[in-house]
Amino acid sequence: MAEALISIKRVHKEYKVEKGANVNALNGVTLDIEKNEFVCVVGPSGCGKTTLLNIIAGLETFDSGSVSMHGQPIVGPAPERGVIFQQYALFPWMTVRKNIEYGLKFIRKPVQVEQTDASGKKEIVTVMQKFTTEEKRRLSDHYIKMVNLSGFENSFPKALSGGMKQRVAIARGYALNPEVLLMDEPFGALDAQTRAQLQEDLLKTWEKEKKTVFFITHDVDEAVLLASKVVIMSARPGQIKEIVDIDLPYPRTQATKLEEGFIRYKNYVWDTVYKMYLEIPK
Amino acid sequence: MDSTASEKPQQKARKLKDFSDGTKRYRYTLMVVSIIGGFLLWAVITLIPTINTFLASPKQVFAALIAESMANGRYFKDISISLQRVLVGFGLAFICSIPVAFLMGWYPTVRNLVEPWIQFMRTIPPIALIPLVILAMGLGEPPKYTIIFIAAFLVMVVTIYQGVKEVDKTLIRAAYTFGASDKDLFFDIVIPASFPYILVGARLGMAASLTTLIAAELTGTTFGLGARIQGAQQFMDTSIVLLGIITIGIIGFVLDKILLLIEKKLTKWK
Repeated sequence: MAEALISIKRVHKEYKVEKGANVNALNGVTLDIEKNEFVCVVGPSGCGKTTLLNIIAGLETFDSGSVSMHGQPIVGPAPERGVIFQQYALFPWMTVRKNIEYGLKFIRKPVQVEQTDASGKKEIVTVMQKFTTEEKRRLSDHYIKMVNLSGFENSFPKALSGGMKQRVAIARGYALNPEVLLMDEPFGALDAQTRAQLQEDLLKTWEKEKKTVFFITHDVDEAVLLASKVVIMSARPGQIKEIVDIDLPYPRTQATKLEEGFIRYKNYVWDTVYKMYLEIPK
Repeated sequence: MDSTASEKPQQKARKLKDFSDGTKRYRYTLMVVSIIGGFLLWAVITLIPTINTFLASPKQVFAALIAESMANGRYFKDISISLQRVLVGFGLAFICSIPVAFLMGWYPTVRNLVEPWIQFMRTIPPIALIPLVILAMGLGEPPKYTIIFIAAFLVMVVTIYQGVKEVDKTLIRAAYTFGASDKDLFFDIVIPASFPYILVGARLGMAASLTTLIAAELTGTTFGLGARIQGAQQFMDTSIVLLGIITIGIIGFVLDKILLLIEKKLTKWK
């Protein structure tokens, strides 16, 4: 079997909290994320789902095990793994456009150029080049349009609603064209209507671009609606309880939630999550 | 047509406390009332002779203003010398505090080495340093600059350094995920994110500079608003003392408003 896009093997991670009391955040987590998959992780708070995302992002270290992408160990953050944070993380001093274009300054694109070597022979070589100002502008225009924010290019984040801010963050994530998007409860702080709208938008974008998504949520409905694969995690110690393939056809919309298949999956996942919740000593 | 639309509510709604400042017109009216009221109160109580011996009346202060500015032009010389001291001391402190604060915020080693001294020095009133500064620098301008510098520097370093340390960690993580290096992080994220703190620090530093001015001008000088106040006290000329006090107040108000204006211009995004 071919190597998965991201391969997580027996990852352990402990947090030291006051005087010797350790929290076992991740206890031997093993998970493969295949290319073009939409993976949703659900679980009670404290199950280590955010820790897992941060480890994949390269923002956190772990104690043992291995995490690799394309077979290469992940040693730190890189633009090939875009992250979308619950708190949006927009730079408040940059306009919407500047926020989207900022990350592009770190990206190089391959360009074919003709070169003449010492003997006068011409050859085509590929060099990595920065994006020009016009290219950045074209890209930001494209992604601003994708998230329906045309007209807000020059607004500062403070003038935007929560939903609009998250749209900017999503546009910014897509503009860098990462191989995988890591989304940490991106819609958690939004009201129900905005959340429903952004879920549909995200589905549409994913169905079109088939970019691999690793999405964390505590909302079972959201997980089953979006995911091709739902990972259920349990808390203390944080580990994977079950992986459920969601065999519902795409395209999906909010109407999918009314279908029998959806309800069956939802009940199943919810039962598993809720049983674990009841088992946690409180 | 909806006939109830124009009807007044039967009961007057209870006015709930909302801690708002009120309309612009309301605010300005009260400000004018406050200023005029203050002057009137001042004018009335100084009609009492016992009070007038230690507190000059508005009329006397106005007379002193005319005399000081018309007769010998001393008033403007005092203002310009004091202003120069404040601006030099403050300016040097501003230039020095920014790199120190950023180094402290960025490098834990620098922070841990420098912070105890800054915290220690912060509790010492600059006026206590005057004897040492005079012994070290004599009686010229440098000791005044130094005293103001110390006061403003400490306030600004602490404020700006707090700002650097409190940069939203999510923004830093976001920048890292884009592929930013530590250098990119410093110039693209940390500096703009701490900008508001630099401006707040500047305002606090300016206020500290002015309050220290009087202390600085105790270090042997004949000119300057602080020195003038000191001198007038010896002749029990309270009109000149009050004139000096009011002038310092106005200068402080104007400088603060200028900085506030710059702050608003530069941090429109806030």
